[in-house]
Amino acid sequence: MTATRTRTAGPTAPGDRKTTYREAMREALREALRTDERVFLMGEDVGRYGGCFGVSLGLLEEFGPDRIRDAPLSESAFVGAGIGAALAGMRPIVEIMTVNFSLLALDQILNNAATLLHMSGGQLPVPIVIRMTTGAGRQLAAQHSHSLEGWYAHIPGLRVLAPATLTDARYMLAPALADPDPVLVFEHGTLYNASGELPADAGPVGIDRAAVRRAGADVSLITYGGSLPKALAAADDLASGGISAEVVDLRTLRPLDDATIGESVTRTHRAVVVDEGWRTGSLAAEIAARLTEQHFYDLDAPVERVCSAEVPVPYARGLEEAALPQVGGIVAAARRAVGEPAPTETGTPERPPVTGREG
Amino acid sequence: MSATHTPRSPRTASRPNRQAAGHRLALLESMLRVRRFEERCVELYSAARIRGFMHLYIGEEAVAVGVNEALTDDDAVVSTYREHGHALARGVPAEAIMAEMFGKVTGCSRGRGGSMHLFDAGRRFYGGNAIVGGGLPLAAGLALADRMTGRDRVTCCFFGDGAFAEGEFHETANLAALWGLPLLLVCENNLYAMGTALARHQAQTDLALRAAGYGMVSWAVDGMDVFAVEDAARKAAEGIRAGTGPHFLEMRTYRFRAHSMYDPDRYRDKGEIEHWKERDPVEGLARRLREAKELTDKGRTALEDRLAAEIDRAVEAADQAPEEPVGDLLKYVTSAEASRP
Repeated sequence: MTATRTRTAGPTAPGDRKTTYREAMREALREALRTDERVFLMGEDVGRYGGCFGVSLGLLEEFGPDRIRDAPLSESAFVGAGIGAALAGMRPIVEIMTVNFSLLALDQILNNAATLLHMSGGQLPVPIVIRMTTGAGRQLAAQHSHSLEGWYAHIPGLRVLAPATLTDARYMLAPALADPDPVLVFEHGTLYNASGELPADAGPVGIDRAAVRRAGADVSLITYGGSLPKALAAADDLASGGISAEVVDLRTLRPLDDATIGESVTRTHRAVVVDEGWRTGSLAAEIAARLTEQHFYDLDAPVERVCSAEVPVPYARGLEEAALPQVGGIVAAARRAVGEPAPTETGTPERPPVTGREG
Repeated sequence: MSATHTPRSPRTASRPNRQAAGHRLALLESMLRVRRFEERCVELYSAARIRGFMHLYIGEEAVAVGVNEALTDDDAVVSTYREHGHALARGVPAEAIMAEMFGKVTGCSRGRGGSMHLFDAGRRFYGGNAIVGGGLPLAAGLALADRMTGRDRVTCCFFGDGAFAEGEFHETANLAALWGLPLLLVCENNLYAMGTALARHQAQTDLALRAAGYGMVSWAVDGMDVFAVEDAARKAAEGIRAGTGPHFLEMRTYRFRAHSMYDPDRYRDKGEIEHWKERDPVEGLARRLREAKELTDKGRTALEDRLAAEIDRAVEAADQAPEEPVGDLLKYVTSAEASRP
């Protein structure tokens, strides 16, 4: 067992600290700003507004406008400026409001941040951290709700992180800043209000390995970010039906931790990948492909995927919920994988078609 | 469409005679190095020794050479894909550039960049960016770091009139002026965005006027006159070092060759090209120096011989240099790969 095990639930121990994902992020930023004078935070409304999602609230007062730097609505310019500042010895943390807006800076992220080290023959590492919100679930409609982290995970030269727990929200930033190369941090919008106890023994974490969040024997639920709570809820549901599901939190979307994913599937022989991105060409597709390449003979069933419907995420609550991976869909996929379709399920237990019309 | 510039600067007519003859000769040598280097590149490209896209600077040499005079070794340069001249003026050795274009390990980007992506971190030459306008935000960031750390340095970003239509220019100009960044924006207006004439891609073709709208000190310069360029760049750099924020120089220039080696140059009038060649910055300066008796025929021949020998050595060295082993393909994708033995 090489994966990191991190507590996500359980009884409160003495010394545990009540916090939220948002506060944990803020504490990580505060620590970085206090311990390294090269660090500064730059983005839209990070200062006086306190951060679009409140993450940086209060930091302007503590660190001043030079280091908590409100930027004009110029994603390409301020992301590029972060890259340039990184080249000149700073350790910028650039915040982009949402992944949808990051497309305005995609040129800078791909053609400069991810490329300069290689294209310069090793002369220009780019130690920048770019944080952004991702994902749906808040009825914000198509231009604020997509999950495009899989696109970024396609790009060589980037490290892509998806903290899903309070501990990771609190501790992933430090190793991200210590990385000499560009690191993208995807914060799922539904997680900011997640609250709980930060374990007293919580401390520095790595950013290389996935984590088994719940051990199980019958099926591996492989997921990340905002889908982790759904996968854990599905595992509870499955347990009540006698199916023991293991939940693997990818944590790092690039480079993928093949070893931890593989070890889990080698034990359970069945895999369900839960990914809020669209199915076609998704991170889930990549993981499914790797499992068939590396673990074909360990698998007792086809790899299942639970992804978002191939539709721009709609506004109406019912439509939005139908578009996203949900606990019920994860449970159904896991049951198909173990050959025990839910008794209430009507029709055939086959996997959904892969034409892209279905979710 | 015949494209012309109307220089607004009156100081191109007569020059103050304050520069030493040695300095004027050095400017000629620097421009001539770019010219002869690129002429050799054309031969090597025709011989298929250099491949990929290659964009020549011939005709625009006064801009790179003149601007470089205003910069110190501590300053930074961000360039475009038409950057042989910028790199040579900055002091990147001809050998390293030629080896790069040959795809050799001794190239200034270890063969991973080619003509469009020359880098030299030691000389603070942050490279050829082949995304039009893509270097501008990066340059603002280099300047921002200097501003935040209190370093007295200027970042100079070259870009073309085509980039003036990109959002990156306008985002960067606003951000740099807003934050008072020590940034020198040098727009090389050669009148064409690839094959599209200025008046066909800009609603208002007075670029310096528009840049001034961002609250930057901006003016247009005769980019065919190296003295005018140097003078303007020095004034701008002084202003930047004095803390008056970014400056914008519209260098009115012209490329004598096609956009790239692939370009059949169907969109320009031959007469227009010939008209501009009459204002050749290299031969124009040589003529002035001859008239001032600062350059003799013998001196010119010696200079040509010296440059030819330098370029011969660069080609020879590039030719002899090894290629990067294919086993190192993934090296430098990440720093971990780069530090792999």
